[in-house]
Amino acid sequence: MSTARTEAQPLRARVAGMAADAFFFDRAAGVRVADLVCGTSLQGRLANLRGRAVLIATASQLTAALALIELDGIARRLLILPPDVDPDHLGALIAGAEIDAVVTDGTVPPQLAGLPVRAVCTPSIVPLAAPPRGCKCTEWLLLTSGTTGVPKMVVHSVAALTAAIAPRASAEPVVWGTFYDIRRYGGLQIFLRALLGAASLVLSSAGEPVAEHLSRLARHGITHLSGTPSHWRRALMSPEIGKIAPRYVRLSGEIADQAVLDALCAAFPHAAIGHAYASTEAGVVFAVDDGRAGFPARFLESGRNGVEIKVVDGCLRIRSPGAALHYVGGAKNAPLHDSDGFVDSGDMVERQGDRYFFVGRKGGIINIGGLKVHPEEVEAVINRHPRVRMSLVRPKRSPFTGAVVVADIVLTAPSAAAADEADLRDDILKFCRGALPRHKVPAAISFVPALAVAATGKLARRGV
Amino acid sequence: MSIKLTIMDEMARVAREHGTTLAPLNDDVALLDSGLDSLGIAVLVARLEDRLGVDPFTTSDDVQFPVTVGDFVKAYEHGTH
Repeated sequence: MSTARTEAQPLRARVAGMAADAFFFDRAAGVRVADLVCGTSLQGRLANLRGRAVLIATASQLTAALALIELDGIARRLLILPPDVDPDHLGALIAGAEIDAVVTDGTVPPQLAGLPVRAVCTPSIVPLAAPPRGCKCTEWLLLTSGTTGVPKMVVHSVAALTAAIAPRASAEPVVWGTFYDIRRYGGLQIFLRALLGAASLVLSSAGEPVAEHLSRLARHGITHLSGTPSHWRRALMSPEIGKIAPRYVRLSGEIADQAVLDALCAAFPHAAIGHAYASTEAGVVFAVDDGRAGFPARFLESGRNGVEIKVVDGCLRIRSPGAALHYVGGAKNAPLHDSDGFVDSGDMVERQGDRYFFVGRKGGIINIGGLKVHPEEVEAVINRHPRVRMSLVRPKRSPFTGAVVVADIVLTAPSAAAADEADLRDDILKFCRGALPRHKVPAAISFVPALAVAATGKLARRGV
Repeated sequence: MSIKLTIMDEMARVAREHGTTLAPLNDDVALLDSGLDSLGIAVLVARLEDRLGVDPFTTSDDVQFPVTVGDFVKAYEHGTH
């Protein structure tokens, strides 16, 4: 673990003593991270941002990364804007976070043109005459991945964001890649891991097709790669998957079921495959490295890295040094923790023997005539069928039971004939009936060419 | 296959899947005495939507809640017109 003194240093200072051969890449550019230690990407505007509450509103992940490295310890606040935020919510976010400056990398949206200080970030680094003077501990504001309305903003410190990052174990060069956007919690973890591990990082560019991204990851010799189970299932369907050979495959952000873990193990027989459990509010809770879904029950008994976990009414609660501090803006009075300092994750688990398994979200339960179903538990069964790549289970309104569950399924290879589809539908239903009580068996199955994955990397789910 | 025969065929299938036996059916048999419980009927309606392309019980507000097997079949015969 880093010492408390190191953690209190701004990112720029923490990077200063590290290996000089780490680069951050996107499709268009590559930046040597060491150049930022005594250089700037902000075109002479760095000093103007000191003590400001700065909105990072760049189009590219690379310039966002550069701005974050430069402004930690300089700005009072950094509000990191993911690319998919509804422009109609910008006003409320800016007011709620008391934003008075913005960093962009192209055209400035009209909603941001009135901010007092504006700076432009580019991947060309200009040397600085003197390293910038630090300000104080910068607050990092992240948006939570809620579904509707103005997203909630949570405050993190860099110390909390990097609490789960262990020092690099081996001297072998590491090149990180992420299917996640680094402007959300899961991706930000990978950005910080790469930065503090003196590793290179390959970022995707807006609108880059999966195949092209995979080819580029291969060209950079990716060794560590992270994404949600939905990202990985999509990648496994791409012929380019064979070009990459990561040593470490990481999943987080959604339930990693046994089917996706096994598929990744088959695709990358020499890789270590780990699934991490984290949330924007609770921080990184744990990582599971034994290749099995769920997590050992002993995680609840012994705190790891100062993280405590308990199960209350089937729901995981977490007390952690990596947790967010509080909400700001419209949600500033909402409690982030219970009175004992535990964050309610909303993630429901079930114990089977010596292991806990994730069954779904508290808010995602489907009620079928009074019986409860988590869509994720049905998906986990369907996904075990050998011809299924991924599935989405959703409620369908019914006047007889309130709802029934129906499934949209993506096959590993498209079905050749209608007759085959009918047989396959029967076979999948039979498979479900063998593993689930009858109210959880889909009432209907549709075969679809693809499932929508939201900008958060998670399957796009809709309500009834 | 007529709408009525399609419905009977699918009813038998859902009953088989749910491990129940259908009663001898005619139009006057109460739907809930048919051998299918409300979950079975809800599943039946979802399956019929795939086969007949219509769900008369959620697409329209003025359909009566079916009491007998005959009511149930009529809802589809009206719904698919």
